[in-house]
Amino acid sequence: MSEIVAADTAWVMVCTAMVMLMTPGLALFYGGMVRKKNILSMLAACFAVIALVSIQWVLFGYSMSFGSDVSGVIGGLDYVLMQGVGQDAGSYAGNIPHMVFAIFQMMFAIITVAIIASAFAERAKFISFLAFSFLWATLVYSPIAHWVWGGGFLSGIGALDFAGGLVVHISSGISALAVALVIGKRKGYREYTFEPHNLPLTAIGVGLLWFGWFGFNAGSALAADGLAANAFLVTNTAAATAALTWLFTGWLMDGKPSVLGMLSGAVAGLVVITPAAGYVDVASAMIMGFMAGLLCYFAVLYRTRSQVDESLDAFAVHCVGGVLGAVLTGVFASSAVNPGIDGGLLSGNTVQFIAQIESVVIVLVYAFTVTLVIAKAVDLLFGLRANEQEEYLGMDIAEHKEKAYA
Amino acid sequence: MHKRGKKKMYKIEAIIRPEKLEEVKKALEERGFYGMTVTEVRGRGRQKGIKMQWRAGEYVVDFIEKTKIEIVVKEEDADALVELLCGKAATGKVGDGKIFILPVKDVVRIRTRERGGPAVGNGKEWRFG
Repeated sequence: MSEIVAADTAWVMVCTAMVMLMTPGLALFYGGMVRKKNILSMLAACFAVIALVSIQWVLFGYSMSFGSDVSGVIGGLDYVLMQGVGQDAGSYAGNIPHMVFAIFQMMFAIITVAIIASAFAERAKFISFLAFSFLWATLVYSPIAHWVWGGGFLSGIGALDFAGGLVVHISSGISALAVALVIGKRKGYREYTFEPHNLPLTAIGVGLLWFGWFGFNAGSALAADGLAANAFLVTNTAAATAALTWLFTGWLMDGKPSVLGMLSGAVAGLVVITPAAGYVDVASAMIMGFMAGLLCYFAVLYRTRSQVDESLDAFAVHCVGGVLGAVLTGVFASSAVNPGIDGGLLSGNTVQFIAQIESVVIVLVYAFTVTLVIAKAVDLLFGLRANEQEEYLGMDIAEHKEKAYA
Repeated sequence: MHKRGKKKMYKIEAIIRPEKLEEVKKALEERGFYGMTVTEVRGRGRQKGIKMQWRAGEYVVDFIEKTKIEIVVKEEDADALVELLCGKAATGKVGDGKIFILPVKDVVRIRTRERGGPAVGNGKEWRFG
């Protein structure tokens, strides 16, 4: 009979709130990078996702992710409407109330969906984004969450994902790419420059994200203990290393150290460490952060020179960073950090590494394919895009009849 | 009150470097030209764009920020004003800006409905408050 541990419960509840704050943080991060006429639409997207997925989750999202396993593929209906999710501990964590586990997980679902707003930026109809978000949370997020964390088949093959490399970043990142392919590029993309209209907002956003990410990664230990401490430390280390790496890379490549580059680097570092935070040490975190800073810089650069307008680079940062992180987890995972695992390539274990690669491929293929279908379906139903006139006017006026700055 | 053969008036529109505004404004004050309208504008002439940086890679911004000063003066003051502006706003480098001199059909002071010369003023009637 498991017992609720007050310290763990308090810790995870605080982490839940921290992770929640990451979505408004993301809203500001994205909002500052778009043109002035579109900022409200980015805020609307993120806040609407918070509301929408909060409800979807308690209705059936949680159950689909963490309900009793059905053929390794999806969770059952046991927890629909939060039945059976009470104040006592659940099966996933014996030390915290089931409700706390459920709402903690909810915040992950929320931010994952919100990340995809990157591909809708500055040209999407709000109704279409809402419909897409609801369908994606249900058809992509929940299944993948179940496979990796809910007792599904990816945990069955031994794939490691501490806080959401697969479940959050790879899935949302590749899905953003799929949406970008369906929705098409913004009018004027690559013809003239779209300048970020408010980088101070972006900076505040990254501050909130970095702060909240401690809740994301360290909270995933589901306990206020040494493992959480490890996750906390390596998270910061990876973020810092990646921020400096991108800063200096931009300095060398483009002439000056850019603030936006440094901020983007921090995010890339936070992404790369997410699957690994409870499995790797500080030295590994530095290497991973360095590689993420470098790789994601070039991924963004490549995207800006391509015809695919994945506007705010969720793919280049979250998918690329996430894949890197998931794969490197299979390299650097260490039983010295986490006695519950066998370790990765550096520990002489190839099985883990292979499981990581397999899980990455499966998530990539599934998320990409299903997202293409959802995007196409929503496009047929509502039309993904606003028309050209509306795009010139800006989404704030066109879709919300609001002005951000009077 | 309309006078036959009244004096001509000109609007001096000067597009200058923003950092020169304070210097120009002070010089104008010293010469008795207090009234003006200032707008922030963007534009380009021969001065090429500047290179900015994005997350990864550079981009070029074609329009440079400038400041536009508009002053309406009587014909006899126009040359002196242009001389002053050129003197104070120039750096000698490309991008110093331009002055446009436009004829003004009439000027009205809203408070008193004065027209023409009295409405333009030349600083001698300047009062605070």
